[in-house]
Amino acid sequence: MNSYLEIYITGLSGYFLGIFYVLYVILGCVILFRDDEYYNNDPMYTLQNICMFLFHFTAFLCLCFKSGDMKLMGFYVACQLLMIGIIVVGKILYPYSDRLFTNNMCMLMTTGFIILTRLNYNKALKQFFIVSISMMISMGVPFVIRRFKFLHTFKWIYASIGIAALGIVLIAGTVTYGANISYTLRGITFQPSEIIKIVFVFFVASGFVRARSMSEVIVTSSMALVHVLILVLSKDLGSALIFAFIYVVMVFVATGNFLYVAGAAVLGGAGTLMAYRMFTHVQERIDAWIDPWITIDNSGYQITQSLFALSSGSTWGVGLMNGNPGAIPFVEDDFVFSAIVEEMGFVVGISLLAVCLISFIRALKMGAGLRSMFYRLLAVGLGSAYIFQVFLTVGGGVKFIPLTGVTLPFVSYGGSSVLTSIILFEVLTGVSLIAQDERDFYERENARYDADYDEDYDEEDYEE
Amino acid sequence: MQTTMKTTMKKTTKNKTGQNKDRSESLKAQKHMKHSTSAIMYSGIAICLLFACMCVYMVRYASTHEIEMFDNSYNSYAIRLSKEYLRGSIYSSDGEVLAYSEAEGNDAATQKRVYPYGNMFAHSIGYSSHGRMGVESEANYYLLNYHSGLSNKAQAEADSELVTADSVYTTLDTGLQQVAFDSLGVYKGAVIITDIRTGRILAMVSKPDFDPNQIDVIWNDMMTDKSNTSLLNRVTQGQYPPGSTFKIITTLEYLRENDNSYNGYHFNCNGSFTYDGNTIRCYHGSVHGALDFATAFAKSCNSAFANIGVGLDRRSFMNTLEDLMFEKELPYDLPASVSHTQVSESVDTHNLMQASIGQGQDSISPLHLNMITCAIANGGELMKPHLIDRVESVSGTAVKNFQAESAGRLMTRDESTALTELMTGVVERGTGTRLKSDAYTAAGKTGSAEFSSLSKGDSHAWFTGFAPVEEPEIAVTIIIEGAGSGGEYAVPIAKRMFDRYFLQ
Repeated sequence: MNSYLEIYITGLSGYFLGIFYVLYVILGCVILFRDDEYYNNDPMYTLQNICMFLFHFTAFLCLCFKSGDMKLMGFYVACQLLMIGIIVVGKILYPYSDRLFTNNMCMLMTTGFIILTRLNYNKALKQFFIVSISMMISMGVPFVIRRFKFLHTFKWIYASIGIAALGIVLIAGTVTYGANISYTLRGITFQPSEIIKIVFVFFVASGFVRARSMSEVIVTSSMALVHVLILVLSKDLGSALIFAFIYVVMVFVATGNFLYVAGAAVLGGAGTLMAYRMFTHVQERIDAWIDPWITIDNSGYQITQSLFALSSGSTWGVGLMNGNPGAIPFVEDDFVFSAIVEEMGFVVGISLLAVCLISFIRALKMGAGLRSMFYRLLAVGLGSAYIFQVFLTVGGGVKFIPLTGVTLPFVSYGGSSVLTSIILFEVLTGVSLIAQDERDFYERENARYDADYDEDYDEEDYEE
Repeated sequence: MQTTMKTTMKKTTKNKTGQNKDRSESLKAQKHMKHSTSAIMYSGIAICLLFACMCVYMVRYASTHEIEMFDNSYNSYAIRLSKEYLRGSIYSSDGEVLAYSEAEGNDAATQKRVYPYGNMFAHSIGYSSHGRMGVESEANYYLLNYHSGLSNKAQAEADSELVTADSVYTTLDTGLQQVAFDSLGVYKGAVIITDIRTGRILAMVSKPDFDPNQIDVIWNDMMTDKSNTSLLNRVTQGQYPPGSTFKIITTLEYLRENDNSYNGYHFNCNGSFTYDGNTIRCYHGSVHGALDFATAFAKSCNSAFANIGVGLDRRSFMNTLEDLMFEKELPYDLPASVSHTQVSESVDTHNLMQASIGQGQDSISPLHLNMITCAIANGGELMKPHLIDRVESVSGTAVKNFQAESAGRLMTRDESTALTELMTGVVERGTGTRLKSDAYTAAGKTGSAEFSSLSKGDSHAWFTGFAPVEEPEIAVTIIIEGAGSGGEYAVPIAKRMFDRYFLQ
């Protein structure tokens, strides 16, 4: 009887997981395209949470049956409480913030917990503590963003922190896999370039608060270029690409001038070509991307194992615990997406990408609605930083672009990655508060202007 | 509230002079904001498109390369499946079990493959340990996947039995295979029988053979003994001199250069033909006398074809050989050797004469010759030869059907008609008269390929042909190594196959 039940539950769970995820995404799309005013009492958000919890429960039920290890149920309860805690505390502390960011963050972390539990229970436990601590650290971030209105004046401080931190890593950092990028403290690897990414966005945003003139653009650009060059010298090409991408998008949005994008594309192309010529590890990765099959026992091993995982996964996945994602080296860090597709299928994989895109578009829409250039740039810059990292890691894992070795935010295992991603979303939540304040302010202002306008009309309008 | 309104009103009147400037400034700022907002929109659209492309790429790559990746030896997923399910069974088209797996208790890891017919299907079904071969290799993906539904799985679990993965139904016919297998006897050689209209392979025998049940035991011996070629599938990977069967191709080239007509050709055979100091002799020194083209073809007169050969345009000949898939991968899903030709633009007269009668450096596999025969019988169009008919789950639901698939046109309908006439003549009054039957009319071409220049007597016996001529159904291609002439040794075997197919 028991095994009967087990077979049906594990056999059907693949479809349920996919359906819950898709429902979550559909609700997200509805919220995204219908609701500009952040009606946070909207039942849609609660429905999203229900989908998320059902997904979480189904997955852990399947994991328990398949592994025969009931202590996973305890871990499930802990994760579930953590998620509820994040959602409830967020709602109490910031009742007018944008709940979509919180929901998406929780959905992605839930997915991360599931796949990490399946891959490596110890790492999942560690991840649990990392998330809890990171949440505690960053709960106050939206408050800081909303209250401290002078954040845009620290342009040079941001730049110095960024360049100093990256420079120290370059000089003193440990060598990890051909790239000098991280510190290790008590077994948790900390990669400064992750957190500096956010400081960098603050720097560029404050650099362009008023920047219209060419000279100001040049000064900010050269500082940004220094960041990127240090990263290139540290052989952290993934981060270098993310920084460069953030910068280009922010310049484009700050100036509204397409020529900067064209210029950056030319520069980027030349830079890539130079990197290909200069660095052997870049060559190796690009060659492994063009044809991984001829170097399958060597530099193409990772990517081909990832492709195997994707193709066995197919539409609905082979089912949790049924695949063999452990065959991919560094699966918890760089290839977590392939593991998700292998066991839960393209339906969940593509839905996960949709959740990332929804967060990104939400950040852009929020930015477009803001009148303050600093916060507008902040929203767009952080959104771009996030989505480009998703693109690099997933694109690399599916052989769409060469491998860069960055993590999937919220889902991958990793200390600095999780902390950074949480802070990033908390800053976005803070900006959503600013957007709310701004909207209230201009509503009042408009009411006043309308009153003014009636009188001005009689006096002046015929002068021109 | 009232007071603040009043102060702002005062301010507006005070700043009247600076108002124009303010307005143009604020207009500029508004315009700038508008540009900035469109920049945000464009960035968003660009990223969304990028993600859409990535998703399409990912799904397409994974699905189009699925089977190829599944069979890759670096992919451990297949091994995992083989520990969960019993490997699926393989059936013949007449429903006989050709291969199945059994395990001790309900531990799939102990499963063993059983081939009830032993040596008979050795090369066509192949084996699945120590690498894979034949249908076992081609259908590996299907033989490891399970589509019988959850209820069957639950039932098996309740009975503590193992579930068996999907079954593969081949196109092979045990009756024809048995006749082909028995007919070859102790000779080395190969036989292939295909259904002309669909490309279904009905029988495929290669000898010497091996017992796939014993593959684990005999593997090491076979690997160390280089002279043992039992594992080689001679049908697909044998490389033989085509001998007189090549005259079909020489004739096709002649037809192409002479308006699809062979009526204008006459030759007087005195047992040999000399040109530029090179001499070609007829098989066993026969003297054929005055011949027209059809008789030269029926009697397989080497002298006449050497004479035809030296008159051919080298470049055009090369193109024809290319049309017939020489020096190219054959349209076949398992490994098949590429056939070679010595005809080139710069080939000397000696080699051109040799090539025209299928001697010298030319090589062809029985599969390839069978494909050409099928195309002739099918009005010029080749149906892709295949071994797998369909995949079914154990509970009987269809998983995949393999449809007949065209592999393109090798020649025009008129050319195929002319060749059919000539090949009918071979059976009516030429080297293939042993094939004559009241029950059906057959067409074909024999060959006796001399493979050693030292001892004149050694030749491989070839036959390739089809029946019935009026509405062709099957094509048979046979080679018997070192037996002698095709007409004497290969044709009688072919007759047994045709008889088996048409009389039973």
